[in-house]
Amino acid sequence: MISEEQVRHVANLARLGLTDDEIEKMGGQLDAILDSIEKIQELDLAEVPPTANPLDLSNVLRSDEPRPELAQEEALSPAPERVDDLFAVPRID
Amino acid sequence: MPDNLLDLTAYGLAREVEAGEVSASEAAEVANARTGEVEDEINALVTITPGLALERAEAVDARNGERALWEGVPLVVKDVLSTRGVRTTCGSRILENFEPLYDASALLNFGEDLIIVGKANCDEFAMGSSTENSAWGPSRNPWDLGRVPGGSSGGSAAAVAAGEGWWALGTDTGGSVRQPAALCGIVGLKPTYGRVSRHGLIAFASSLDVVGPMTRDVRDAALLLQAIAGHDPRDSTSANVEVPDYLANLEDGLEGLRIVAVPELMGEGIEPGVREVVKRVARGLESAGAEVGEASLPHSGYGLPAYYIIAPAEVSSNLARFDGVRYGLRVPEDGVHEMYRKTREEGFGDEAKRRIMLGTYALSSGYYDAYYAQAQKVRTRIIEDFRAAFARYDVLLSPTAPSVAFRIGEKVDDPLAMYASDICAVPANLAGIPAISIPGGLSEGLPVGVQLMGDHFTEPMLLRAARATEQVADFPFQMKP
Repeated sequence: MISEEQVRHVANLARLGLTDDEIEKMGGQLDAILDSIEKIQELDLAEVPPTANPLDLSNVLRSDEPRPELAQEEALSPAPERVDDLFAVPRID
Repeated sequence: MPDNLLDLTAYGLAREVEAGEVSASEAAEVANARTGEVEDEINALVTITPGLALERAEAVDARNGERALWEGVPLVVKDVLSTRGVRTTCGSRILENFEPLYDASALLNFGEDLIIVGKANCDEFAMGSSTENSAWGPSRNPWDLGRVPGGSSGGSAAAVAAGEGWWALGTDTGGSVRQPAALCGIVGLKPTYGRVSRHGLIAFASSLDVVGPMTRDVRDAALLLQAIAGHDPRDSTSANVEVPDYLANLEDGLEGLRIVAVPELMGEGIEPGVREVVKRVARGLESAGAEVGEASLPHSGYGLPAYYIIAPAEVSSNLARFDGVRYGLRVPEDGVHEMYRKTREEGFGDEAKRRIMLGTYALSSGYYDAYYAQAQKVRTRIIEDFRAAFARYDVLLSPTAPSVAFRIGEKVDDPLAMYASDICAVPANLAGIPAISIPGGLSEGLPVGVQLMGDHFTEPMLLRAARATEQVADFPFQMKP
């Protein structure tokens, strides 16, 4: 069972606001989902390598050359709030 | 000029445009008019772009002689693919007013004047199997307006089935192209992972996501894949593998092909009516000359649980970018952390929140090895299963989805029942192999999809098998309603 405290801890890690109702509902749903995926624990996979990319690519490199990208004004244009040529954020607490 | 352009496949229309019998502008007008006629009922599109479609179509017409075969055929684009200057919401309030600054690479490959009919509705950030997780309400299945079109690319599938344009792009992370294609009676192709660039596709699960065609028939799927495939230096996971001619061997038939059913995907949890259609098509393939049989994928039962660890883990990381700073919604608060929390609380819907929570939990200290690392090892086992099967056979066959289209609201409060919609689809995503859904026939008056899977980069052979399968199934495209 995942406790209410754990749900709150995970929500905080994810910087996700949840109402008390959502916290309660989420706990039950996460429990049910985690129960259903518990099945993978029955496999003994100690010696099996993990797969992160199905094509088994190794490092992909490119030459480090300057090229045109978004102009500063353009990159700032979707920002909810800006100050001069910067993204603006509230006080860092 | 043919009487009704909506009777043509995308390929048929492309040929008419090439021959000068029809202009791209005429095609765009037909698509716009049909969209105006049915969109209120279907809700396939989040944003319609009739003016843009006409403007681009005129530009395509003006380039007569210097354009690719497919460029004159209007397209619907799933709303997770960035379109420069055209609102792209991902089905989420957090991007309600977001206008991307560039086009997705897959769209740039299609051509410089993409004739977009509209941006297709989808489950929020492509997470879901019904479009009910869209902030803009569900799309409706053109075969039965009380039922879902599937998802997450349900708007794309519904648009094609309803004739709002001749073809559409979807994305497939755990069946999101194939399952809605099956439920709406159209063809849906998930290409090999990396075959189509992900640049400009707003990321869900980066090790699984792929852009794919949703079309009236298999030849259209081959043509649309031709239009969008290719290596892209802007996507470091895109495959640097030559793009073959997907139409060249399409009509070569079944001779020499070994097509076998996967027993693990034909049993428990599959509706009897769905199983019946798939078996009938398999028998038809045998009579038509394919070598048929069975191939086991012993770990496929672990696919869904592994998927529901890997995909949420990746999404919890990918959705961290929606923080109210650079784009999208911001809920003003005094401190930055409270601003993050409130913005994400108001911006994300229930399913996005659930997956962020699940993924964050699975990646958190003390649980990483038991969940994420274990799921990645299951992924290795599933790849080994496929490798063993493809050493002996060419194509694997199964249902695409375990059921026909379900009623709107039926599974919305039961995440596990919804997740089970993807049971036949996720193994191909975990292995990164190509897979295609072909309309196989009807069960309870609703379309059933037959899934074919091939090894990495075998799309030419897979499409050839699919072309023969659609002839055997003899269930051609029908525009609805």
